Amino acid sequence: MAYAAGVDVGSTQTKAIIIDEDAKIVGRALLDTGANVIQAAEDAFAEALTEGDINRDDVKYVIGTGYGRYRVTFGDSQVTEISCHGRGAVHLFPNTRTVVDMGGQDTKAISVTADGEITDFCMNDKCAAGTGRFLGAASAALDIPLDDLGPVSLQSTKPIKISTTCTVFAESEVLAWIGKGKKIEDILWGVHKSIASRSAGLMRRVGIEDEITFTGGVSRNQGMVKALEDRLEKKLNISEDCHYMGALGAAMFALDNILAARTPAETGANS
Amino acid sequence: MSTLEDTHELVGRGNIEGAALFRDWFAELGETAKTGGEAAYVFVMGSCNEILKTFDLPVVFPEITSLQTAVRHVAHELLEEAEDYGYSPDICGYVKADVAVQLRGGDHPMGRLPKPTISVLTNACNTYIKWAEIWERMYGTPMYTIDVPGTRQAGGQTWAGNADFEADRKYVEVQLRELITVCEQVTGKSFDIDKFRDILGHANTMTRCWSRMLELNSARPSVFNALTDGTIYLGVANGFRGTEEGARYFERLVEEMEYKVANGLGQDMDEQYRLLFVGVPCYPIFRRFNELFSEWGGTFVNSTYLWFASGGTNRGFEYDLNDPLASLAEGMLVSVRDAMDSMFHQDTVLEQMIADHHADGVIYHPIKSCRTVSTGLADGRRSLTEKTGTPSLFIESDMMDRRVVSEAQMKNRIDAFFEGLASRRQMAQAGPKD
Ligand SMILES: Nc1ncnc2c1ncn2[C@@H]1O[C@H](COP(=O)(O)OP(=O)(O)O)[C@@H](O)[C@H]1O
Ligand code: SF4
Repeated sequence: MAYAAGVDVGSTQTKAIIIDEDAKIVGRALLDTGANVIQAAEDAFAEALTEGDINRDDVKYVIGTGYGRYRVTFGDSQVTEISCHGRGAVHLFPNTRTVVDMGGQDTKAISVTADGEITDFCMNDKCAAGTGRFLGAASAALDIPLDDLGPVSLQSTKPIKISTTCTVFAESEVLAWIGKGKKIEDILWGVHKSIASRSAGLMRRVGIEDEITFTGGVSRNQGMVKALEDRLEKKLNISEDCHYMGALGAAMFALDNILAARTPAETGANS
Repeated sequence: MSTLEDTHELVGRGNIEGAALFRDWFAELGETAKTGGEAAYVFVMGSCNEILKTFDLPVVFPEITSLQTAVRHVAHELLEEAEDYGYSPDICGYVKADVAVQLRGGDHPMGRLPKPTISVLTNACNTYIKWAEIWERMYGTPMYTIDVPGTRQAGGQTWAGNADFEADRKYVEVQLRELITVCEQVTGKSFDIDKFRDILGHANTMTRCWSRMLELNSARPSVFNALTDGTIYLGVANGFRGTEEGARYFERLVEEMEYKVANGLGQDMDEQYRLLFVGVPCYPIFRRFNELFSEWGGTFVNSTYLWFASGGTNRGFEYDLNDPLASLAEGMLVSVRDAMDSMFHQDTVLEQMIADHHADGVIYHPIKSCRTVSTGLADGRRSLTEKTGTPSLFIESDMMDRRVVSEAQMKNRIDAFFEGLASRRQMAQAGPKD
């Protein structure tokens, strides 16, 4: 059995996915990228191999993606995370036409065809507002672990309106609201709504079409899912694997390469 | 027929000769600065070089001198100087680099610039007017603004013979006559109509060649890079407009390009994707910016820049030497208006360009500095996509300010764009699925 792998070295977290020839996920890993990017890529790949109990030599093609894609030193080639998120999303949810990827440092809106071909994309990577970083700043200011951000925010009854969209100012604004005696869940829900609004704007630039798949680390935050769904007035496709979407797409491209390299005899084709 | 010697002698000649002319130009400016001689400051959209050259006035194009500071990687120092002096980060980078050069007494990386004796501008960009006011305040330089009526409604261009057009022509002609009087006062020389005719003749040659050049680049493979080589040609087209050197340069350039087309000699690369460029180039990383595309086999075959920054010369309007002033007025109307319209009616212009140049994609480069060129790009792109479905990429940065140019972020977008082009091509080659 030959395997294909994708390693997504993100600004915040590094994800690795290994798939078999039927494109079934057999190994995965997630860890913080940290300062040593090359090491993070290697560690994530090693962890995914271990998880799937797969021999390194059986992985016939590896593609690096994410901002650190050129640092995946063992990778056979690189593909941008824009193409990878599109490809991964269409693989998991074949009717996907719009992808919204919220990661640590950027948010992307991608429009795709049924073949996973990217027709347009738009991204906010100039400022951290509207990304995972913004939520991270709020979680630090409120002293709430990332995992609890969503659940806490969903308890809000009277959300406040966050006016700033700058991460640097967000922290002080959040503190100011606490000072005014506002409830933490109301402040947090306000933060989520503010990000959802910015992301929806980004999505409008590429055109919002059914179905929408939400990917990237922030898709694990149920508060963000709800805030975006409210804003778009649409259900979003979500799966446990959405955080791994870039790595999954990369693995799919890697599998294409393995299959394309085969001679007709090997594939059993007889034309 | 081609011989190795011909190839050796012709290919790349335009770039070498263009660079030499640039050096001559700056040497003339340096000499003028040294002797305290007269000089005119003018702009690419409606320079009136034809009139100024009749008075032997050396010309400074501050847009060009400013962009040169970015190409030479010193723009950021100048921008910071102008900002320290009090200019906002949001003001056009060309203006700020020039302000800093003026504050340094004309000290420019390519030599010393003379002070302006007169500035001549059009209303093609509002910033031109505000910019010239700065020199007026600094040096008391008289500024002469020519109001060129633009197209008044979408698709509503008028031409010679039409009553509106003729009224506009008169309006511009009167302003040109007044400019001549001002030049006479400033230089103490009287206007020489025969010399003026000769200059218009050279300008006609250059215009003919410019249109021919653009046409020649529809060849496969394309023969020059509209972004990198094109910027050299633009410099000569502006700075030497109406001069014998300029006319000779362009005749030789056309000779080079015709030779390349006849012998199938393309740019120095494997042309995979033919691209159009919309906006102003990214001068702080000029070469690298182009490489981000050429690494994928992307070549720039034409651009709106070669249209509007040539003052609309692409239109191919030639002066009638029997009626020089009325004809110059008509030329300004047609060309400056077109320079403005290539932004306002961009989707139509680009649709044609895509067809003529067999383009695979369009690169939009809106810049922070420039509302004039950037404002309509998002709408233009949307409209072009609806009409043609041609893939396009939108990348935002600046033509001067490297603080807002992030190469890594740019590369990410460009790589994704080419991945899309590649998969689109692959699918097209594979044919329909069912
Ligand atoms: N369990 C979680 N709950 C909520 N948010 C999470 C969780 N895990 C990760 N995140 C968010 O996802 C971000 C990282 O997303 P990711 O797509 O991996 O980004 P990148 O690729 O830029 O590193 C973090 O900044 C964090 O905000
Ligand atoms: S604002 Fe734009 S058109 Fe006007 S001078 Fe600056 S770059 Fe040129």
